[in-house]
Amino acid sequence: MKVTVCIGSSCHIKGSRQVVEGLKKLIAENNLGNKVELGGTFCMGKCSQYVSVTVDDNFFTVSPETVENFFNTEILAKV
Amino acid sequence: MRKFDTKVQHLKYKVLREVAKQAWAGTLLENVLDIPKLIVPGKTPTMRCCVYKERAILAERVKIAMGGDKDNPNVIQVIDIACDECPASGYEVTDSCRGCLAHRCEDVCKKGAISFDHNHVAHIDKSKCVECGMCATVCPYSAIVNRKRPCQLACKVKAISITESNAAAIDNENCIQCGACVYQCPFGAISDKSFILDAIDLLKNSNGNKDYKVYAVVAPSISSQFSYAKLGQVITGLKEMGFYTVIEAALGADMVAQAESRELAEKGFLTSSCCPAFVRYIKKAFPKLEEYVSHNPSPMVALAKYLKKTDPSAKVIFIGPCTAKKGEAQLESAKPFVDVVLTFEELQALFDSKDINITELAEDVLDNASYFGRIFARSGGLSDAVVQALKEQEIDYQVNPVVCDGIEACKKALLLKSRNVLQGNFIEGMACVGGCIGGAGCLTHGAKDKAEVDKYGREAFEKTIGDAVAVLQLIDDSI
Repeated sequence: MKVTVCIGSSCHIKGSRQVVEGLKKLIAENNLGNKVELGGTFCMGKCSQYVSVTVDDNFFTVSPETVENFFNTEILAKV
Repeated sequence: MRKFDTKVQHLKYKVLREVAKQAWAGTLLENVLDIPKLIVPGKTPTMRCCVYKERAILAERVKIAMGGDKDNPNVIQVIDIACDECPASGYEVTDSCRGCLAHRCEDVCKKGAISFDHNHVAHIDKSKCVECGMCATVCPYSAIVNRKRPCQLACKVKAISITESNAAAIDNENCIQCGACVYQCPFGAISDKSFILDAIDLLKNSNGNKDYKVYAVVAPSISSQFSYAKLGQVITGLKEMGFYTVIEAALGADMVAQAESRELAEKGFLTSSCCPAFVRYIKKAFPKLEEYVSHNPSPMVALAKYLKKTDPSAKVIFIGPCTAKKGEAQLESAKPFVDVVLTFEELQALFDSKDINITELAEDVLDNASYFGRIFARSGGLSDAVVQALKEQEIDYQVNPVVCDGIEACKKALLLKSRNVLQGNFIEGMACVGGCIGGAGCLTHGAKDKAEVDKYGREAFEKTIGDAVAVLQLIDDSI
């Protein structure tokens, strides 16, 4: 599974660092290091309310507050 | 509000804009020969002896706007026919000499080069004069002047000579491509080659960023530029022009500050490697000190390298104040990562070639780097960042920086180091006075530039280098 977080300007100020930190921690806690590949990109061209994140080809918008919920439903449940 | 410092820049801009206009339209080859007449349409000369000479020179400027002389490896090029062959006779007595009694000029001249005619007016014997300038210093009427060419005065590495035909010539071996002569020549007879056509090709052929994405990496000195608009409007303008997105080179500076501080603590002495003209100067003038040059890439290369890792088909266009970056991009260490280098002057021409009036655009955001990455744009910023990076990483190392802006200050510090008497363990070297904000590719230079950079620094979302770089490190362990 490939999870890509946008770290471009617009997402950066919405907290992409906190989202990446959260995902990194949750991936480690759940021992998914071998199964989930975390990547970054500068802009997905879909700037929206929160930080842009893709899981394989599916698009999500995630805030530092919703990162755990997002991880549970979209990563942990599907990996 | 003014867009340029000088009329020479404005003329260069007009040529770049017309070339770009034709290139966007795909009509450059058909219309290239008409561009000089488009810029000088009438019969009355405004710059030179006749419109035909004006157009002949403009034709040369068009060639430089299209990449310049391919046989000349230097990115700085002389336009021979534009060189006005300024006087270069050295110290001369002018008609301000009042034929005084004191004759301080004679007394101070150790070479006996000064004599007087029957009117007691001083004359300098050129065969004896060693150009020390003491006579000019002591003359109470400032009657003795040093006639040197502005290009030669600007060139602190003495890479400009005068040919047999009396035009200026650049010694490519010694030239550090800083662009000082480009900015100082009052006739615009020296220019940096432009790669706007490469940039336009990349943008046009990207198929709206569908076939590959074109990224603009902008230098932090942009904060002192385009002062007639808002920075956010410049970012929107870049995207309107066709860039996929815009990233701060200052993020690369954060990466460099972190790595460089560790390298310094490990090695005990270092010179910075951010300024390509400074690095080139060390290699040419102080080859024995080359081992001390930081092994870190420049912020431009560091970020471009990272970008191409996240997106291997990415095309990277660096936009900055610097002519030497054009040379750096041709080095093997940068070539795979940086596709084109443009200056702020060229960016203005590109905006106008597409009729993009940035003052009318909405503001976009540009926020990737920390305060410390951003202040790399001005002298002293890099040293501040290294001090901060050591502190953040809790490395117990006392850095004693020697901050040098302008090649003369760099030369002094390097000379002291070569004799092992330099007080300090880190040389921050910037070829331009004031740092990058003094670069030859800037639209304007002003007293408030440094304050603008600091203000821009304070506006950064991330307050520490560690936080700015953390997001990259979490994703990529090798950063």
